[in-house]
Amino acid sequence: MTFRGEARLWIAQRASAAVLAVCVAVHLVTIVYAVRSGLTAAEILQRTRGSIAWFAFYSLFVLAVTVHAPIGLRSVLSEWLGWRGRARDFALLLFAAFLGWTGMRAVLGVFA
Amino acid sequence: MARDLKVSVWRGGADGAFQSFDVPREASQTVLDVVTHIQRALDPTLAYRFACRVGMCGSCAMMVNGVPRWTCRTHVDKVAQQDELTIGPLRNLPIIRDLVTDMREFFDKWARAKGEFRGHATRKDDFAKVRPDSPPRVQANAGIECIGCAVCYAACDVVAWNPQYLGPAALNRAWTLVKDERDRGGLERLRAVAGDAGCHACHSHVSCTERCPKKLSPTAAIAGLKREVTKAVLHGDL
Amino acid sequence: MKQHSSYWAFVVHRVSGIALAVFLPLHFWALGNALQLEGFLQWTQQPLVKLGEWLIVVALAAHLGGGLRVLALEFLPWRDWQKSLAAAAAAFALAVGLAFALAL
Repeated sequence: MTFRGEARLWIAQRASAAVLAVCVAVHLVTIVYAVRSGLTAAEILQRTRGSIAWFAFYSLFVLAVTVHAPIGLRSVLSEWLGWRGRARDFALLLFAAFLGWTGMRAVLGVFA
Repeated sequence: MARDLKVSVWRGGADGAFQSFDVPREASQTVLDVVTHIQRALDPTLAYRFACRVGMCGSCAMMVNGVPRWTCRTHVDKVAQQDELTIGPLRNLPIIRDLVTDMREFFDKWARAKGEFRGHATRKDDFAKVRPDSPPRVQANAGIECIGCAVCYAACDVVAWNPQYLGPAALNRAWTLVKDERDRGGLERLRAVAGDAGCHACHSHVSCTERCPKKLSPTAAIAGLKREVTKAVLHGDL
Repeated sequence: MKQHSSYWAFVVHRVSGIALAVFLPLHFWALGNALQLEGFLQWTQQPLVKLGEWLIVVALAAHLGGGLRVLALEFLPWRDWQKSLAAAAAAFALAVGLAFALAL
């Protein structure tokens, strides 16, 4: 990858981190609320299903994760496992796609 | 103090080993004093570097109990654990012999980071008028006292994990030039310090800043480079 | 060998990041089976699962704290030791608060 591409990855990593800081905070508050209220599955799904706002929020959450996690792992793979080059980057692209797919499957399951 | 110091000193090249010496303890003894004693009184074949002996040149930098230090400025009392000491060559550099490392790669990376001043004025022009309290000058001044001793380079884990990484000293120097209003290195220098081999590989362990004998902060300099590169990328300049 | 605080902050940040990267696909997969959410929620009552949940929450808090430290170091003109302290405090508060809130 060029230094330009690597600089862009860094920017994407920091930007997605900022988005995730907000998403994680909202998510944790929501989960804590649901747990402490003792909501059942049916009650939770009643509130989440068909909600466009929640659907949009969690889709953004999943998108930020698919950007942030693979770029983070990229450094771990090169520095701790010595894995560099196109093969590693392609594997991470696959991991990003996998995260996006399982993530949206979850979002659709809970919010659609 | 009649107790002897038990000193383990690295001998040979990369495939060498530690050799043990008994060195009498003295008052106000430094680690350089210990190495000097070994070479003069116990084993003249010991190879090591030093020059000023007074904490100005950085030549005597070595690993002392696994930590890179200036040995002339390291008192034995401060670092010896139960009268034991381990001395080795600086980490992350090829070993020539014993305590002497090959510094070429350290300075090659300095050059690769475009760590040289690019002026534009001639002798016919007036002096540049640089306000010493201007923010860029203050930032540059914070990093210009580097004497290239390679302690930060030895301290850095990313240098150990990433052979291409330019390292804290080279990047710190590049930053001082980026902040120098007289310099015209511009985008070419930013291109040189960006990417996996450059500032973006720094994970802010802050080991460099922690160990720098001149109390510089390459961490801050590298963070500055990240910001400058980001600005250039977002403006479409890079 | 004794290391300075920023080094440990990095180690925690990286290890928690790896843990989250491993956990998240499982988390997404389980949630994707939301049609069986009742059964899934019952499964989460098991002690081992609760322990796992707590670890993930702590990992998330630690990673967020470490990330805030990095963002502060890279974008703000702070002193180094203040940054470690701030992030450590944030992460610790978050972790404690969450552990308590989740009543584990």
